[in-house]
Amino acid sequence: MKAASQRYTSDVVLAAATGSAVLVILSLLLLLLVQIFSGGLGQISWQFLSTAPSKGGLAGGIWPAIFGTMLLVLLMTMAAVPMGVATALYLHEYARADAWLTRLVRAAVANLAGVPSIVFGLFGVGFFIETVGTKIDNIFYDGDLLYGKPAILWASMTLALLTLPVVIVATEEALKAIPLDHREGSLALGATKWQTIVRVILPQALPGILTGAILAVSRGAGEVAPILFTGAAYYLPFLPAHPTDQFMHLGYHVFVLATQSPDVNATLPNLYATVLVLLVLTFLLNIAAVIVRARVRAKLRG
Amino acid sequence: MWQRATSRQRKHVLEWLAEKAILATALVSILSILLIFYFVGRKALPVLTNEVIQQTANLTEFFTPNGTTPEGQSAFIWQPISERPKYSFIPLLIGTLKATIVAMLVSVPLALLAALYSTEYAPRQLREYIKPAIELLAGIPSVVLGFFALIVMATWLQKLFQFEMRLNAVVSGCALGLAIIPVVYTVAEDALSAVPRALREASFALGATRAQTLLRVILPAALPGIFAGIVLGFGRAVGETMIVLMASGNAAITSWNPADSIRTMSATVAAELAEVVYGSAHYHTLFALGALLFIITFILNSIGDWIVGSLNARLRGVRR
Repeated sequence: MKAASQRYTSDVVLAAATGSAVLVILSLLLLLLVQIFSGGLGQISWQFLSTAPSKGGLAGGIWPAIFGTMLLVLLMTMAAVPMGVATALYLHEYARADAWLTRLVRAAVANLAGVPSIVFGLFGVGFFIETVGTKIDNIFYDGDLLYGKPAILWASMTLALLTLPVVIVATEEALKAIPLDHREGSLALGATKWQTIVRVILPQALPGILTGAILAVSRGAGEVAPILFTGAAYYLPFLPAHPTDQFMHLGYHVFVLATQSPDVNATLPNLYATVLVLLVLTFLLNIAAVIVRARVRAKLRG
Repeated sequence: MWQRATSRQRKHVLEWLAEKAILATALVSILSILLIFYFVGRKALPVLTNEVIQQTANLTEFFTPNGTTPEGQSAFIWQPISERPKYSFIPLLIGTLKATIVAMLVSVPLALLAALYSTEYAPRQLREYIKPAIELLAGIPSVVLGFFALIVMATWLQKLFQFEMRLNAVVSGCALGLAIIPVVYTVAEDALSAVPRALREASFALGATRAQTLLRVILPAALPGIFAGIVLGFGRAVGETMIVLMASGNAAITSWNPADSIRTMSATVAAELAEVVYGSAHYHTLFALGALLFIITFILNSIGDWIVGSLNARLRGVRR
């Protein structure tokens, strides 16, 4: 009897310990959200969202940062999604699972996902700005400095590489969920492989691709380290209108207000509000991705 | 086999073009890794080869004592802006390690226990909510966590532990821990739920309790996957930039005291590259620091992914 009750105790202890770990994590998350919402909500107004910052971020709004972030992720998505979808198509529809090249691509994708974001920043400087950009300037603009400097184009390309694995993984998951019958049925009806992919596979994979794109946008919108040297600006009085313009960015604005301000307490209201906008933006995107994914899975289960 | 379906359709030009275009795009991932390696490495290389650069920045400078303390003892010093610049990597490595260790101490127990709860104890419906909630934590931009650590956590922790320096390894490590909880949790949860049902049922059938089954059957079976999660989390923590840039104090102090301010490798690159003179010894040293960071995380990630990969292969019944 004693032995049995000891066993029972260990069960209760383990259940309590593991359960409370979940509670601790969730309450930390809640704490962070409550702190940011209570600190920032009062400051949010139409004026804050629609005007440019002034007095070094003490006054004014964050419109240029919102616009810059949106433009940045738009350019990034235009590069990352087609590349990611094509890579996933290769891995799942064309390559043989055990071929060495397939394994190499998979290893590269996995490693790309793990490269520190600051190293992407260094790469952006070394490759896009100082190599590609400088070459473009030398060939087309007689060496005038246009592309060989930090720009929204280079920042978005750097981010596209960073978010590429997100798109690949999500798309491949969607491709896996499509029954082989659909491919074989299409081939049997006389469609070619490419026709099958375009008209049978991709339409079904679309929600999965969408999930990947949303997650990539959410990730890309929040990353600051890769854009520190590739295009983000402290303060810009105008909105970026050309690929070679620099841009303001929500995350970078948070960093600047939090660390470079002479009087942090005075900037605190605007700082909280900027964090809130960034957080709500990424959370909405994440929740949208979760919902799309859940719907797709439910549909697959029938 | 579907994957080879094109072999008989090569006649169609479009088919051929599509296949080649898709193959070419797939190679972009490989190319990117190689280009990152090449371009970061190329900018780092002068510290090994260029004689002018090497006068101030070289391996001996990076890894052996390069200065003296006020008491006259030899010391490791990172002081890139001074009459005689000092580029010791040692304080940066120690700083990175300190923050990472604190992060692991915070995140690994929490993430593992939480993973155990959601695979073993949580009712099915609750589980459907826990996973996305913890994934939501992964969606928080690191700059927001850095802000939270800098403005809020630093004050709390200073009150709690009476830190002399407000920003230190503990503060930045705790915030880093928040960032890697989802990494460790996700991989560990996958590993735990991949343990075959049969093992569990056999253990119950032999009369073991839930706790015994968990500790002696399921945990050992999932151990490689859990280890992989820890390695991947470690790699993430080493490379994470914004949190440590904002909440570590950014002082390159060579000490093992967790209450001291630290300056990590990633934060050093982030803070200094913008102001550095192009082509100077300092410039190439920062790239060398980045290259070192890349190599460390590359090795950690490769180990982690290899374990996860071979586990998946074993579950599918494929020998590697």
